Amino acid sequence: MNAEWRWDFAIEILPKMLLATLNTIMAAGIGYAIAAIVGLLFLLGQRTRFKIVNIINREIVEFIRSTPLLIQLFFVYFVLPQFGITLSAWVCGMITIGLHFGTYLSEVYRGALEGVSRTQWEACRALNFTTFYTYRKIVLPQAFPIAIPGMGNYLVGIFKDTPLLSTIGVAELFHAATAVGGYHYRYLEPYTIVGLIFLILSVPAAMGIRKLERSVNKAQGKAKH
Amino acid sequence: MSYFAFLAEHGPTLLLGTLTTIKVLICATILYVIISIIFGLMRLSKNPIIQGTATVYIEFFRGTSLLVQLFWFYYVLPFFGISLEAFTAGVVAIGMNFGAYGAEIVRGGILAVPKGQWEGAFALNFSPVKRMRKIIIPQIFPIILPPAANLTVELLKATALVALVTVVDLTFEAKQINSITWLSAQCFGTALLIYYIISRFLLVPFLRWLEVLAAKKVGKGKA
Repeated sequence: MNAEWRWDFAIEILPKMLLATLNTIMAAGIGYAIAAIVGLLFLLGQRTRFKIVNIINREIVEFIRSTPLLIQLFFVYFVLPQFGITLSAWVCGMITIGLHFGTYLSEVYRGALEGVSRTQWEACRALNFTTFYTYRKIVLPQAFPIAIPGMGNYLVGIFKDTPLLSTIGVAELFHAATAVGGYHYRYLEPYTIVGLIFLILSVPAAMGIRKLERSVNKAQGKAKH
Repeated sequence: MSYFAFLAEHGPTLLLGTLTTIKVLICATILYVIISIIFGLMRLSKNPIIQGTATVYIEFFRGTSLLVQLFWFYYVLPFFGISLEAFTAGVVAIGMNFGAYGAEIVRGGILAVPKGQWEGAFALNFSPVKRMRKIIIPQIFPIILPPAANLTVELLKATALVALVTVVDLTFEAKQINSITWLSAQCFGTALLIYYIISRFLLVPFLRWLEVLAAKKVGKGKA
């Protein structure tokens, strides 16, 4: 087997890979949207007054966070059909990613809410604002900038974990690379192209998030040292 | 088949897989700690070449997916005449990937030591070695250990990926048993539980213990 990089082969497979990249981006986007909502649900579970809900919520979050996404994917994909629920690989993948990263995002939300100073709440109470008004006008505008870096990092994180979806047969970028590689029995070009595509997409995204973080901080009057 | 019958029959196989998982965990952790320290220090170097190398390394490994790196190490390196065993490829890929994340933690930890501590050590005419060993490093540990602990738990979860390059670890065994018996709930459920137990009752308590130890060293512990 020769180690030479074959440009003709790389160019031949490139359109296929770029098409699959769209699937990857879509998977990351949908997964993130689900995770953002699931995160809110976990946050609610954490902040309710019922102690028992708090405890159950915390244990679920802890369990999901300390087990591998890969096995969670297998679990959802293979176990649900045993209970008569047959979902496509896409749906299973999106649900699992949503649940897994939802637990992380709930922590980001919690940290952001706790980052708002207590005195802000007290001032709102003193001014007789309703809870809803307090959240909308005072707390959330201050919590959001704190949440931005975490939320952005997990967007990139989800993007980088989408290759796992290929293990249950979702036709995304990595799946396409493995298929092409297996067909031609050449893995050098497909896997290298996958790596490059990930690099091209995620490094600028991470830089953009850092920039956004700085500008939001500036707008809030909290210049970072 | 009841769950206990399942455990009696397949439990030992899963436990064997668990041993491999723990082996991967330990080897990859050692590697990632070493890489973190080296590249964390390189990142702080004033030499632009050294600093640039570290930056490229960190951005590269953080910018691409671990699974892609793993497959690259296992399937592409043989093209260049470097054949790694599956276990080695897994450990190296995980170690290098997490090393990139760890390097940023190390860098942040060193920068977080107050400037006055450096100046104080300098004013007291400590030698550079003594300054690092006695003043700076003991103060770094309490800062970097909590994020490093999180990263290590992430690493435990990442070890599941080595199953995809044919390392016979817990995930691999679970998949194997699943394809023989089709008792998916039992085998994947058990695997999830084992990962949970390792993380919650072995790894996390150990890391917390390290954190307390480090905090005590600089007199910040609860005595």
